[in-house]
Amino acid sequence: MPNIQFRDLAQQQETAEFGMWIFLATELLLFGGLFTSYTAFRYYFPQVFAEASHGLNAVIGTINTAILIVSSLFIALAVYAVKNGQRKKLLFTLSAAIVLGTAFMVLKGYEYYNHYLHHEFPGLSFDYSVANAHTKQIYFFLYFAMTGLHAIHLTIGIFLVAFILFRAYHREFSPSYYSPVENVGLYWHFVDIVWIFLYPLLYLIDIHH
Amino acid sequence: MKSEKTIENLSVPPYQPENYLNAEYGVKSWLLTTDHKRIGLLYMVSITLMFILGGFFAMLIRLELLTPQGDLVSADTYNKLFTMHGVIMIFFFLIPSIPAVLGNFLVPLMIGAKDLAFPKLNLLSWYIYLAGASFTLWALVSGGVDTGWTFYTPFSTTASNTEVIKTAIGIIIMGFSSILTGLNFIVTIHKLRCPGMAWFRLPLFIWAIYATSLIQVLATPVLTLALALVGIERAFGIGIFDPALGGDPILFQHLFWFYSHPAVYIMILPGMGVVTELICAFSRQRIVGYTGVAIATLAIAFFGFLVWGHHMFVAGEAVYAAMAFSFLSFAVAVPSAVKVFYWTATLYRGAISFDAPLLFAIGFIGLFTVGGLTGLFLAALGLDVHVHDTYFVVAHFHYIMVGGSMLAYFGGLHYWFPKITGKMYPEGWARLAALTIFGGFNLTFFPQFILGYLGMPRRYYSYPENFQALNVLSTAGASILAAGLLMPFIYFLWSWRYGKTAGANPWNAKGLEWTTNSPPPKENFLVTPVVTEEAYNYETDDEQLELFDEEDE
Amino acid sequence: MENEKTKTISEFTNYIVGGALLVLTLSTYLAALVDLGIGNLIVALLIAAAKASLIILYFMHARYSNRLIWVVIGAALLWFGILFTLTMSDYVARYPAM
Repeated sequence: MPNIQFRDLAQQQETAEFGMWIFLATELLLFGGLFTSYTAFRYYFPQVFAEASHGLNAVIGTINTAILIVSSLFIALAVYAVKNGQRKKLLFTLSAAIVLGTAFMVLKGYEYYNHYLHHEFPGLSFDYSVANAHTKQIYFFLYFAMTGLHAIHLTIGIFLVAFILFRAYHREFSPSYYSPVENVGLYWHFVDIVWIFLYPLLYLIDIHH
Repeated sequence: MKSEKTIENLSVPPYQPENYLNAEYGVKSWLLTTDHKRIGLLYMVSITLMFILGGFFAMLIRLELLTPQGDLVSADTYNKLFTMHGVIMIFFFLIPSIPAVLGNFLVPLMIGAKDLAFPKLNLLSWYIYLAGASFTLWALVSGGVDTGWTFYTPFSTTASNTEVIKTAIGIIIMGFSSILTGLNFIVTIHKLRCPGMAWFRLPLFIWAIYATSLIQVLATPVLTLALALVGIERAFGIGIFDPALGGDPILFQHLFWFYSHPAVYIMILPGMGVVTELICAFSRQRIVGYTGVAIATLAIAFFGFLVWGHHMFVAGEAVYAAMAFSFLSFAVAVPSAVKVFYWTATLYRGAISFDAPLLFAIGFIGLFTVGGLTGLFLAALGLDVHVHDTYFVVAHFHYIMVGGSMLAYFGGLHYWFPKITGKMYPEGWARLAALTIFGGFNLTFFPQFILGYLGMPRRYYSYPENFQALNVLSTAGASILAAGLLMPFIYFLWSWRYGKTAGANPWNAKGLEWTTNSPPPKENFLVTPVVTEEAYNYETDDEQLELFDEEDE
Repeated sequence: MENEKTKTISEFTNYIVGGALLVLTLSTYLAALVDLGIGNLIVALLIAAAKASLIILYFMHARYSNRLIWVVIGAALLWFGILFTLTMSDYVARYPAM
């Protein structure tokens, strides 16, 4: 049954999806502020940004990109499964997305740990004796701010998908009611898109040297 | 003494049909409600408390400025006073005022819906608002903050030794509430209009709320980010704003004003929406240029995003960028002026009745015009250098924010008071309050234009003696203003209990909200309404009434 | 509801899109290994934009969504564009030709 303010279930689902898209628009502006700051400083200091980006492991970055893309594929398949009433497939794809999301976080944590060891972690351990230390600090600050905000979003995403998995396990969804799956999916894809831009902007600045 | 037993003397409460107020009782029925009307009232109570607090700080500021010396409070305390006054009034009173109180109450009623699209989210927004307010109050009692409401770096990140982080967190939390409210309204207006309610039949208040919500949704995240970065830079000594760390303080100003300039339109646009409703209802005219006003509303919301650089003319912004921002700032004046002309054109030849709501609305038009025109002075590059950071700026934005937004809020409260409570307020007192507020306001802030023009800088607790006369005037005006604001508090509470019972449509006004009972039933409409005419169709009705009268004779 | 079901993106399409995204990821990595000067940045951003478009169009099924969703996407991009362009215009004007 739809809530009282709606005519029918279809209108309710459509409304929820519309709301989700607007929420994603606010998210774009949230990340947008960071992307703008990044551009301003990269415009200021292209050379230092190129050098500082050598501190990042582009291979791990690429693997993580692939992981997120495959997880997004699983989420898309999950939406397909729930629309067609394929419960087993739904449970499997959701679980796979959780596993991949967690794998991404583990790799990210490994990268953070290495930055800590190499004194590239502003605030915790940072080597201010190198050349252009302050500008390098800005690069790494932006790196941590952007990937950190992304990681927070991904963590929330993992919990949301787990919650959806729990509900799917209890047979709460059907081909006529699945908007939570769809909306969490939209969120997940958005987080993926953010990473797709972070990856070349942070990792691939200068790997040809 | 023997009392006569008449019907009036028997204290039997008059029969009241079930409405949203008497449908359920008890604290729980309020704190867990998802009814948009009750949530509107919850907001009303909470922002009123914040308003009183912010007003208290304002009075202390004015008292301190009564004399040239700093004899009431110390310089540090004064800095905290004006900061907390700004933070509370802007983020916790003005921004939620009309959207969260009147918007919550009226949006579903006006478009013929049973509730907002996401009622639980709506309740959550209120709790988030409370959390943000509590955080800010915590910052206040644990020492306050002295950066000004603008949190400019690097002062806020390195120099200030006050509770910047706590205040910033409070504002960030409030921002989420603002975003969610805006999101809810946009979705509701798109998806839940009743049959026949086409876009160009919507009341212009709805257009205004829609445009406001757009700003809330698209601008607030950038403020969230900017304040979060300030917090990180302050807490860990790392970041991108402090020049000592190689950062750029102007970047903060860009991010901050990307929100905070449009935020001015979050405050004024809903006020414009209210005023449009009031003018049509009390001049019994269809609005002149409905489409024009609707489009001007969206245009203001859009152009409002293109002008933020005019806050940074003297901050080190590039001259070419400043010229562009200056030009764009002039552009905003066009849709604003369009609206003022349409309002006055509507009043022209209208059958005007000077009830209190209209007095507030007319006050709004006057004060908004003064505020808007002085805004043009400030948008002019050369002149801004002279009056930047003086009392001229203070007067300008108070004319817009207090003279505009707050007057509209009070006008709206009076107009919809019968709908909200089912009772009438005392008209005479309300007119007196409207006039007192208008007079007190002008006496407070007009002298500040002159002070600013003469060069008195803002945000100082002392000043040269030749400024004293005007400052005394200003403080005197503030007392009158405070007295004027106190009146509605008292007579609203009084008439909620003892006021004359109002019918469903005491103003004989148009709009779906007047077709249902006062107070409305829990589900707003017993039967889903169907709209068959455009908004503000006053003339047709009145003509029919006249014909009817003639037939009688 | 019937109408909506026919608009569902098939599993096959999903796999194709996923595959295309992985290929694009690999190509952006390989392109970054070649020194193209400013071209590196442009190529990387173009590929990223292509990937984002694929995800929005297919995984987020915007291609089959109503116009309203497109308005939201357009508005979000437009407003981000405003923030980005006007802020950067200040930086470019302050430090030209850096």
